[in-house]
Amino acid sequence: MNDASLSIATPKRAQTSGRQKFALAMAGLGAVLLLLVWAAQNAFAPVPVLLVALGLMIAGALLFVREEYLTRPEGIRNNGVWFRSLSARGVWGWLIAVVLTGFYTVLYFFPESWFTGLTALFSPFSHLLRRMPADKWFVYGALYTFSILVMGVKFMFKYRHNRYQVLRTVSVMFFQLGFAFLIPAFLQMMQQPEYYFTYFWPLKDYYGSPGAVQYYSSATDISVYFILFSTFMIVVATPVLTYFFGKRWYCSWVCGCGGLAETAGDPFRHLSDKSLKAWRIERWIIHSVLVAVAVLTGLLWLNSWQQGGVLGRFSHVYSTAYGYIIGMAFSGVVGVGFYPLLGSRVWCRFGCPMAAILGILQKKKSKFRITVNGGQCISCGNCSAYCEMGIDVRHYAQRGQDVVRASCVGCGICAAVCPRGVLRLEGAASDAGERARQLRTVHVRLEDVKIL
Amino acid sequence: MKIVILGNGIAGITAARHVRKRSDHDITVISDESDHFFSRTALMYVYMGHMRFKDTKPFEDWFWEKNRINLLHARVERIDFQEKILYFAPRGNLPGVFTGQGGNVPGENTERGAAGVPEPLSYDKLLLATGSKPNKFGWPGQDLDGVHGLYHLQDLEAMERHSAFMLNGQPITNNQQPATKRAVIVGGGLIGVEMAEMFHSRNIPVTFLVRESDFWNVVLPPEEARMVSRHLREHHIDLRLETELKEILPDDSGKKCTAVVTNKGEKIDCGFVGLTAGVSPNVDFLRNTELEISRGILVNEFLETNIPNVYAAGDCAELRQPLPGRKPIEAVWYTGRMMGETAAHNLISDFGLGIADWHNPQSPIRNPQSYTPGIWFNSAKFFDIEYQVYGDIRPHLPEGHATLYWEHPDGKKSIRLNYEKSGGRITGFNLMGVRYRQEVCDKWIRTGTHVEEVLHRLGMANFDPEFCPQHEKELIRVYNRQTGRHLKLRQKRGLDAVLDFLR
Ligand SMILES: Cc1cc2nc3c(=O)[nH]c(=O)nc-3n(C[C@H](O)[C@H](O)[C@H](O)COP(=O)(O)OP(=O)(O)OC[C@H]3O[C@@H](n4cnc5c(N)ncnc54)[C@H](O)[C@@H]3O)c2cc1C
Ligand code: SF4
Repeated sequence: MNDASLSIATPKRAQTSGRQKFALAMAGLGAVLLLLVWAAQNAFAPVPVLLVALGLMIAGALLFVREEYLTRPEGIRNNGVWFRSLSARGVWGWLIAVVLTGFYTVLYFFPESWFTGLTALFSPFSHLLRRMPADKWFVYGALYTFSILVMGVKFMFKYRHNRYQVLRTVSVMFFQLGFAFLIPAFLQMMQQPEYYFTYFWPLKDYYGSPGAVQYYSSATDISVYFILFSTFMIVVATPVLTYFFGKRWYCSWVCGCGGLAETAGDPFRHLSDKSLKAWRIERWIIHSVLVAVAVLTGLLWLNSWQQGGVLGRFSHVYSTAYGYIIGMAFSGVVGVGFYPLLGSRVWCRFGCPMAAILGILQKKKSKFRITVNGGQCISCGNCSAYCEMGIDVRHYAQRGQDVVRASCVGCGICAAVCPRGVLRLEGAASDAGERARQLRTVHVRLEDVKIL
Repeated sequence: MKIVILGNGIAGITAARHVRKRSDHDITVISDESDHFFSRTALMYVYMGHMRFKDTKPFEDWFWEKNRINLLHARVERIDFQEKILYFAPRGNLPGVFTGQGGNVPGENTERGAAGVPEPLSYDKLLLATGSKPNKFGWPGQDLDGVHGLYHLQDLEAMERHSAFMLNGQPITNNQQPATKRAVIVGGGLIGVEMAEMFHSRNIPVTFLVRESDFWNVVLPPEEARMVSRHLREHHIDLRLETELKEILPDDSGKKCTAVVTNKGEKIDCGFVGLTAGVSPNVDFLRNTELEISRGILVNEFLETNIPNVYAAGDCAELRQPLPGRKPIEAVWYTGRMMGETAAHNLISDFGLGIADWHNPQSPIRNPQSYTPGIWFNSAKFFDIEYQVYGDIRPHLPEGHATLYWEHPDGKKSIRLNYEKSGGRITGFNLMGVRYRQEVCDKWIRTGTHVEEVLHRLGMANFDPEFCPQHEKELIRVYNRQTGRHLKLRQKRGLDAVLDFLR
């Protein structure tokens, strides 16, 4: 970590108080308890063990929050972010990355039998919710939702002075808990097929496939509306909402992947690469994934139209490969596992085909932009540093140019951390076509200036 | 043409970029401080761990070569204005941050290793943008180790070194006594408050000596000054108002500071003394030459010095005829940027069509451009309270002016509008904890809009994040109470109206 700072002091010492360490230890203990259950392949007494594990994690998190934020006046608190091992790619950061990648690898690529301990642990809860035992996906969904809720609370305390941040977090917590966890479980309890109303094609590529259309058209008497809803969302609602609000209506207000990134991923947001090179790579990869999923869906439909004729085998191999490479390895293992290394939005930035579509809409047909407040920018770089999508916000801000970038998920943190009040997320219709063209800091006559 | 720019701060770099934008001249930028341009305003965030040093660089390192801007890491010792040649100091003498074992700024010490003296450099046109240096007022002990300002990277390094000492107690040199874990900061300005926040972030207690009766009340009106004083205390800063530094005491080794004595006779033990009583132009090495210098390098409105082909911009420049109501030296980021742009224009302007803009023979660049910074604006942050100012806000209301002030009950937000009593022309905005749009305020002030018209449409100025409460109505209520009028807010926050208004 030689490049961490100019620091030669060991500032860490002054950064984490004794009580915070205790809080972290408590939360860690809860996590270790889960790992033990997993390793032992036996939940022993599921209900008390689960309650104790989750309870420890909640209590630890809340105590940490109290110490970190509530003992101080409200405001931006990023002290020591680059000094802490966890958030500065130190030993703890790498350790968490290894544990998370390991977890996701096992989750996606190993059989159900690897999870007997955890499924036994969560089964009473699963019975309560959906009248059936837990499988590994239920366990995963429960833990995922738990993370968003606990870390969401942390995030809200951190940004309690900023109502945009608080509301946005309430929203992702609500959609995760309701739409991505309780409603699918409720549907199962009601003998309906499981369905996620906040995921659409192409992020959930299955919902655009002939297989899904066939299945939901006939599975139960109401399931056809599920697939119709998703189709309506991506075809009609997405362009309209994106026109009015930008990509953020989905990425930082609704989406579960975004939800985890914004809450559990928040301590890692500064780790995203801001270089021009990273931006180039990003555009290549994300648009390739979009093309890949379009080809996938096209193939499947062609194949179903041809009744498995010429392309049968190929489309099957292609679809399996897409599932493994993009669906599991990229969005799961790398997408979350690499939080402590590449920042919280690795998947959203480099991979998500939904983000790619929203990005194109946001760039070409939207009112949304980040407005720059005249010439007030002091080029300090906080906005760029804390952009989870790796946008060099400062590049625009210091030239007085509104930020219009396909990747911007509208989290609003740049505007929150800016110490000079330079940035504002907003929209206007009248100049929607030329949002990026305004130059505001220009002092000498505008016509004399070409952009460098 | 060979353009040499001395200083790689915002003024020098803006000039270099704008020269490159419009011409193909040879450009060399010299600095003794760092290889690459970084944002001085972000130094505090490096110390506090919000950012790495490299995050403070507004342009990636490849930018300079790609745009053919030569960078030279060296110190100019002497300038021969007759022969148009710069002479350099031996490289080994460059100041601190890159040599000590602690200073690990990767990629920043490349040129440092090279021994010897750089070859003298000739120029056709020279821009002096040497910036400032912290003021020292001849206090006894002001040159002891542990007594530092905060301006250059090297100062940050000193803060780091002494923080390590204060936190871990490892002496830096032999026979030093362990440092008291306390920093004393002298001088209540913007840099002082940043330094206080820095030490505070590392749990180093801070005593803040401020000469005035409230923090920065030589600039802020009394209510805002009191608000900042209160806020500093809320952060447990030991704020000593109406207190001045008398002397700094050395420890047993005689080299390092160990306490300060105030004008009230109190002795305060400390491991660090921060001198933040303002800055002055960094021009000492240019004194006693034919260059005319008062406090700063004297320039006319085209930023020309008394010597042909030599210009000055940024903190080091002093305007011979400042604009009405403005100071001859304004040591802020924004003026540095605007001056840099103006200087760039003028450095290449008299070269006529086709040469001024290499790529575009239709270039309109012909005449020199005068420095016209427009309506004054500035901003800062006092711990958690953001501050923005537009136009003319003084600590004491000038004759014939009225003020309208609203403060939030929590005492951390306020809005102030100043206007002329007769005629009602709006003259200034002062915001604490509330963000306003520069262009809207600027236009209102520029066009002398009546205060009631401003109040009607005040929502347009609001730049706070979405969903954050808007306080314009409350301000109008204060106005109605003060004047017996019955105004109502007609325009809420939102960009559409703003674009209309600015069009
Ligand atoms: C901690 C801090 C916070 C600040 N915050 C704000 C803020 O929030 N808002 C604001 O408006 N302003 C702020 N300022 C002021 C602002 O940073 C300065 O006004 C601005 O940086 C001045 O830019 P400049 O280009 O004139 O000079 P500088 O940035 O000082 O650049 C001059 C460079 O020239 C070099 N140099 C000088 N002499 C020689 C020589 N003989 N040979 C070689 N190199 C030489 C210097 O080492 C320096 O690197 C802040 C300043 C500090 C120190
Ligand atoms: S955080 Fe604000 S002041 Fe700093 S670079 Fe970004 S926009 Fe400019």
